[in-house]
Amino acid sequence: MRLMGGRERSSGRLAFPLPDDPESFDPAEMPRQGYLWSFTVQRIGPKSPPYRGDPPFAPFAVGYVELPGALIIESRLTNVAFGRLYIGMPMELTALPLYTDVDGTLVLTYAFRPQEPARS
Amino acid sequence: MRDVFIVGIGIHPFGRTDNRSGLQQGEFAVRAALADANLDWSDMQFAFGGSDASGKADTLVTQLGQTTIPFVNVLNGCATGGAALFGAYSAIKSQEFELGIVLGFDKHPRGAFDPRPVDWGLPAWYGEAGMMVTTQFFAIKLRRYMDLFGITPLALARVAEKAYYNGTRAPHAWRRAPVDIDTILNSSMVNDPLTKFMFCSPSEGGVALVLASEKKARELVRADVRLKAVAMRSRPPGSFEVFAPAIEIDRGPSTTMVASKAAFEMAGIGPHDIDVAQLQDTESGAEIMHMAENGFCADGQQEAWLAEGRSRLDGMLPINTDGGCLACGEPIGASGLRQVYENVVQLRGAGGARQVTRKLRTAYSHVYGAPGVSAVVILAC
Repeated sequence: MRLMGGRERSSGRLAFPLPDDPESFDPAEMPRQGYLWSFTVQRIGPKSPPYRGDPPFAPFAVGYVELPGALIIESRLTNVAFGRLYIGMPMELTALPLYTDVDGTLVLTYAFRPQEPARS
Repeated sequence: MRDVFIVGIGIHPFGRTDNRSGLQQGEFAVRAALADANLDWSDMQFAFGGSDASGKADTLVTQLGQTTIPFVNVLNGCATGGAALFGAYSAIKSQEFELGIVLGFDKHPRGAFDPRPVDWGLPAWYGEAGMMVTTQFFAIKLRRYMDLFGITPLALARVAEKAYYNGTRAPHAWRRAPVDIDTILNSSMVNDPLTKFMFCSPSEGGVALVLASEKKARELVRADVRLKAVAMRSRPPGSFEVFAPAIEIDRGPSTTMVASKAAFEMAGIGPHDIDVAQLQDTESGAEIMHMAENGFCADGQQEAWLAEGRSRLDGMLPINTDGGCLACGEPIGASGLRQVYENVVQLRGAGGARQVTRKLRTAYSHVYGAPGVSAVVILAC
């Protein structure tokens, strides 16, 4: 799994997600590791649409992860107890099952989880 | 420089009004503002108005009178009222018109707003993953702010307690019962660290303001409250705003900071000259952060301000004197104009039980919303 942003050719500025504008933006892969910038817990199910998580709703953590040298990316946070989250926590990219499509396909989204101690 | 005056104000009570549409609440506010100015609809030379989700303002000419005036509909999210006021202010300041009206109204269903990603230039997955939620933004911004500047949950509760207290004294407010600090802190968590009583809710309401040139205001013997500044700004590079999948590491100022700075420059005064303020309080922490972003205190000083009651009705800078969004709820199109309405009431000394008793000469209002838009209005008398 890779997280793709874009770099604007004229300015060099990074954007995420990759804008649908190949004339102006080159794809730029985002770093896979970073630090938790801030976070909250979504305690109440977001309205559907647009939310498409499979029921029943369970509270989830969401926040921003600073990817050094790139951007601060908004992301679901997973594999972590809410009470363990702190600003500055080392995080890494992972995949998260989000919902099952009408044809039975499991749709994933990107997420960040705490880095494994051995890798941090 | 030619000043523009507010010569009439009208409000439809905020909250829930069954059997009355958003448009009808707007019409109610227009009639109230005209009555307050002692004018008729036929005196109006133009109108700017809007709602975010409750209909087209200009259709009201059916009820108000088909006088063929230019009637501009405004749709600018939370800054709809601010944008309408900006248009009307500019129309008179340019000397093109002498008398006109601004209105904003809305009637939202219960529960959180449910924006569609495509309307905000965002991919569908952003909403599908559960990130298209305005309350998350405020909680995430606040969590970092509390960490950096030592703001406590008690300070958040103090803001909410003040709002509900002020709301008990404002006839147009929705929440008219006081809520104590413990109840606020112990109510259910919505988006950590914010509890249910620390958030405002979408609601209903309408506000209208009649604006006049100085010449016209003097003719009407209503040249008491003048608009010293109306500044509206969109988001600058590096800012952190609602519905942002990414933020640049090289941070810039917030939209609020940019709008505030422009308004103070336009008015030729600074934060220390302001006597009363209405600041966007979508949730308790927003009021706290906006105190600093608008220049009223340094980051982190809010904790002491709140402990000492400096922003209460009898404090050195009363903030959200009618209970703000927390007590009035947020009908998006009307909310920014409610702040201006409240400031006119305060400057006129007509606030009754919520009147700031100190002599007021200046009043400040600030609205903020998605996708990073802010409007600041400074009044003087």
